[in-house]
Amino acid sequence: MSYSERPIQAPIPDPTTEPFWEAATEGRLMVGLCRDTGRHFFPPRGVSPFTLSPNVDLVAASGRGTLYSYTVMRTKQPYIPAMVELAEGPRIFTNLVDVAPEKVRIGMELRVAFQATEGGPPVPMFAPA
Amino acid sequence: MPNAPVLASLPLASTGTAMSLRGRACIAGAFEHPTRKAPEKSTAQLHAEVAWGALQDAGLSKDDVDGYFCAGDAPGMGPLSMAEYLGLDRLRHVDSTDIGGSSYIAHVAHAAAAIALGRCNVALITLAGRPRSEGQATGTATRAQNPAVPDDQFEIPMGRTVAAAYAMCAMRHMHEFGTTGEQLAWIKVAASHHAQHNEHAMLRKVVTVEEVVSSPMVADPLHRLDCCVISDGGGALVVTRPEIARGLKRPVVTVRGTGEAVKTHAGGYNDLTFSGARYSGARAFEEAGLTPADIRYASIYDSFTITVLIQLEDLGFCAKGEGGKFVSDGNLISGVGRLPFNTDGGGLCNNHPANRGGMTKVIEAVRQLRGEAHPAVQVKDCTLALAHGTGGLLGHRHGSATLILERTA
Repeated sequence: MSYSERPIQAPIPDPTTEPFWEAATEGRLMVGLCRDTGRHFFPPRGVSPFTLSPNVDLVAASGRGTLYSYTVMRTKQPYIPAMVELAEGPRIFTNLVDVAPEKVRIGMELRVAFQATEGGPPVPMFAPA
Repeated sequence: MPNAPVLASLPLASTGTAMSLRGRACIAGAFEHPTRKAPEKSTAQLHAEVAWGALQDAGLSKDDVDGYFCAGDAPGMGPLSMAEYLGLDRLRHVDSTDIGGSSYIAHVAHAAAAIALGRCNVALITLAGRPRSEGQATGTATRAQNPAVPDDQFEIPMGRTVAAAYAMCAMRHMHEFGTTGEQLAWIKVAASHHAQHNEHAMLRKVVTVEEVVSSPMVADPLHRLDCCVISDGGGALVVTRPEIARGLKRPVVTVRGTGEAVKTHAGGYNDLTFSGARYSGARAFEEAGLTPADIRYASIYDSFTITVLIQLEDLGFCAKGEGGKFVSDGNLISGVGRLPFNTDGGGLCNNHPANRGGMTKVIEAVRQLRGEAHPAVQVKDCTLALAHGTGGLLGHRHGSATLILERTA
């Protein structure tokens, strides 16, 4: 079992997140950057979660990260929800793919692996680096 | 450029110069609906039945009620729809604060504040719901995406579930502190020891650590028996001015300390090993002028076993990371351990009406302070009790509310 056969609901973009999902379609993971503090954030939005200032940008992430925590949903089609700490700093709620649950270790190195959704843009999931 | 915060030097626990709610209001009435499955009733009808029960318990009439509190479980437009159904036509103050299952604990504080300011004299708080009759897979199904909720587009496609949100906290806690499944299991074991005496509890069988850890895995490392029940039902509270409470026939249970907090992903820098209880608990203990060592009984929200463990640490009953040791060997069992908890069986065994456990947490604390808990689980000389809740999702965003209550007459 690959733990990545679950049909994935299409994300519904809003006007402020369309650039994030357009980049996703091209296989690029973007994160928010607060220009006042220099800190990255996720999910991206039109203001900084650190200052509420609109002085923010959407910037490319490396797509690299490490595993912060995870679980295995033992549903009919099991899958692996996870929190991945991006190299840029923020943690992202995602799924692990292309890995068996018994091989998963907190701290393991990961890389983004976009997964197709049902009729929408692909979503950033993570696989062993 | 953003302005520098003017109040950055205020400590997180501080209530600043605000008026204290200590001693400003009493819980005069409390009622838990005995039903656990109510396909023949509407949600509004369940709200009405618990409202009646709590007012009967207090010895008050619906026409005494001038403040009404409800949360997201109330149908329609909350206070408006419910005032109509309940016939509440003397309301001067309403509040529909919704911080998930912890709402009703916060409502007690909000009611005390409204009473202290003279905005109402008799506050009614109700909760009811029918997730069991409606066949909800509450913990393991991903809910529908709401395009207006900013996080949904990032989280719902990832298969966000209630169970996963709590399981990820448990997994990280185990990683950082060496907490074990057996230690978590002790929390369910303690709840089951209490539930055996509750004729209304859904799960009355006493279970062992072995039975918990060998029950089917739901979301690693949480097993089926680490999860709470799914039940219909509800509960209600009546909060009044102390001088009114003293004139009624019930023991007087007084608000001693209150605290609230909201914890979020904070832009992606969320530490899953602690909850908002770290802040709400500190605020409540500060207002009460007490420490965890003073508390004789604790109602601790138990959506999952890990919820209890993390909150106990955050409230200061033990150090961060020591929760596993603290809950082991029956330490939460009434008559056995140091901190009797959830003596009604809690959400883990008794009842989790509307998937919101804060109301029943307050009700059992009131029973304990009145000396009306089941004799097998009643804490001797129970004069100070705590009720605490987490609403929303522990591993994502959640609201925390802490209430410290005192038997004063």
